[in-house]
Amino acid sequence: MTRLETAPNIAGPDDFYAELLAAHEELSRAESDALNARLVLLLANHVGDRKILSAALDAARKATPQRR
Amino acid sequence: MNKIFERALYPYRRSADQDAAAPVRHPVIVVGAGPVGLAAAIDLAQRDVPVVVLDDNDKVSSGSRAICFAKRTLEILDRLGCGDTAVETGVTWNLGKVFFDERQVFDFNLLPEDGHKRPAFINLQQYYLEQFMVERAHELTAAGKPLELRGRNRVIGVTPHADHVALDIETPDGRYALEADWLIACDGAGSPVRSMMGLDFTGKVFEDNFLIADVKMQADFPTERWFWFDPPFNRGQSALLHKQPDDVWRIDLQLGRDIDREREKQPERVIARIREMLGDDVAFELDWVSIYTFQCRRMERFRHGRVVFAGDAAHQVSPFGARGANSGLQDTDNLCWKLAAVLSGSAPESLIDSYDTERVQAADENILNSTRSTEFITPKSEISRIFRDAVLDLAEAHPFARPLVNSGRLSVPCAYDGGPLNGADAPGLPARTRPGAPAADAPLGNGWLMDALDGGFQLLGIDADIPQGVAHDDVAVSTLQLSAADNPALRKRYLGEAERAIYLIRPDQHVAARWRSHDAQAVGAAIDHALGK
Ligand SMILES: Cc1cc2nc3c(=O)[nH]c(=O)nc-3n(C[C@H](O)[C@H](O)[C@H](O)COP(=O)(O)OP(=O)(O)OC[C@H]3O[C@@H](n4cnc5c(N)ncnc54)[C@H](O)[C@@H]3O)c2cc1C
Repeated sequence: MTRLETAPNIAGPDDFYAELLAAHEELSRAESDALNARLVLLLANHVGDRKILSAALDAARKATPQRR
Repeated sequence: MNKIFERALYPYRRSADQDAAAPVRHPVIVVGAGPVGLAAAIDLAQRDVPVVVLDDNDKVSSGSRAICFAKRTLEILDRLGCGDTAVETGVTWNLGKVFFDERQVFDFNLLPEDGHKRPAFINLQQYYLEQFMVERAHELTAAGKPLELRGRNRVIGVTPHADHVALDIETPDGRYALEADWLIACDGAGSPVRSMMGLDFTGKVFEDNFLIADVKMQADFPTERWFWFDPPFNRGQSALLHKQPDDVWRIDLQLGRDIDREREKQPERVIARIREMLGDDVAFELDWVSIYTFQCRRMERFRHGRVVFAGDAAHQVSPFGARGANSGLQDTDNLCWKLAAVLSGSAPESLIDSYDTERVQAADENILNSTRSTEFITPKSEISRIFRDAVLDLAEAHPFARPLVNSGRLSVPCAYDGGPLNGADAPGLPARTRPGAPAADAPLGNGWLMDALDGGFQLLGIDADIPQGVAHDDVAVSTLQLSAADNPALRKRYLGEAERAIYLIRPDQHVAARWRSHDAQAVGAAIDHALGK
């Protein structure tokens, strides 16, 4: 992988999305925030490539209209 | 108790300068006899540059303040003649443990790499270091070196001129005036010289308060660095426990922002806090207590004409990572050979500008590192704390998260990448010893490479023939013929895959330039370049 994959890449998108929400079920807001943070860190380490991580941060930032 | 920091080690003595009709001019005057000013004085005197040190005190630092001294500092101290005493008295440690809440999340070993004379770090009270340096200064004076240490000489006026600096000094016998070709201001974070010259000192102020307590106890805690995030005995804050010589332990407790400093300093309160941390069954005695806040800031420029700032006077960092004293000693390490070269006429005055460039680069690196540690230890926002806690939660089970835990990065010397004095580089040689980087130690027979670097320009031929003794104009260059044949450390650090190499080392033990084969003309050009010509 040399660039951030932004085309669909997850098999069974609905299943994944449901699993993501299920992981947060019955968590308080603080617990959810903590879970998200751990998830980001785990995935970031899996990706590893600093260029792709920077591109992902950039893409995430730009997806919010007011920050564009 | 007669503590070392209560003894006058360089008591006031009237100097002939005080009776002179006109202000006496000295080549170099150093203001401040803290670790940085003392290092400058010793270095200059060893280079036969006459130096006068003025300090408004006559004792070493009261309380231990800095305790961790890094390998590079120990190498500098070796060159200054006080490395052995420091290492023999200091405590060597390698193991660190990190705790979060009630549990240990991981431990780490600084894994000292083989083939270095000095360990990664020692712990030593700052007053001991200063004592050894004062003793070394006295030894040099006794041996006829041009070093004078004047206690209770307070600088109260500084007037810079184009080619010298005029000083007003207050002593127990009243005032007198002096002049210096060069003034090195090592007068600490509050630098009166800086204020008197109306110079800036800007940066980030951190509002957190920390309680430092040095306690004496015969406890069987191991010689390790223990760091707690959010422990039960100091909720929401951090804590540190670290061993010093003489059964003294450094305890550092984060207190938070809005506190009553006077109340927190009361011994009963400090003792109660420490008892909570150590448990009721540990007997201890308070040695020194202080509450500090800190700032990360630097002067915009360290050289202002003939006044050069070094140490805390030039830059300040948070204590995490022990970069205050360590980086200050690297300042004077960088400065003194340059001043000696300028004063002897073998380098142009503009060489001192490279001190500014190189040490500002180092200060920025130190400020960046210590600001990052500070952010991790005392998160400034809710999301910063969320990520911090996530890292700590993951670190216990997942090794990947451990390098993200930042309880203070260890002080490492700056490699002056892109520096103005760097000469040729040859492709294929190890990155670690590139031009600008500090030389890496390696065993040499029964000794060490760092000990063989003699404080002047030096040419190393590693499995490459170089002439014996090189003279370039009036600059003496000593030569060292080495072989990596049975020396894997030397091979790895200086040759990599190459069969041979030539290194030009600066007087401060940083690499100036390197080649794959000897070329006298190229070496001469590199020496000129390193002298700012
Ligand atoms: C509470 C505390 C804890 C610290 N903990 C650590 C730590 O854990 N690790 C670390 O690396 N660093 C630590 N530091 C920082 C470290 O102590 C400093 O970085 C180091 O002392 C800087 O040395 P210096 O020589 O530049 O300045 P200083 O040690 O401050 O010396 C300045 C000298 O200048 C003299 N002086 C001042 N004004 C005048 C004047 N007008 N005329 C003549 N002389 C003058 C003073 O008497 C003093 O001797 C700590 C500092 C403090 C205060």
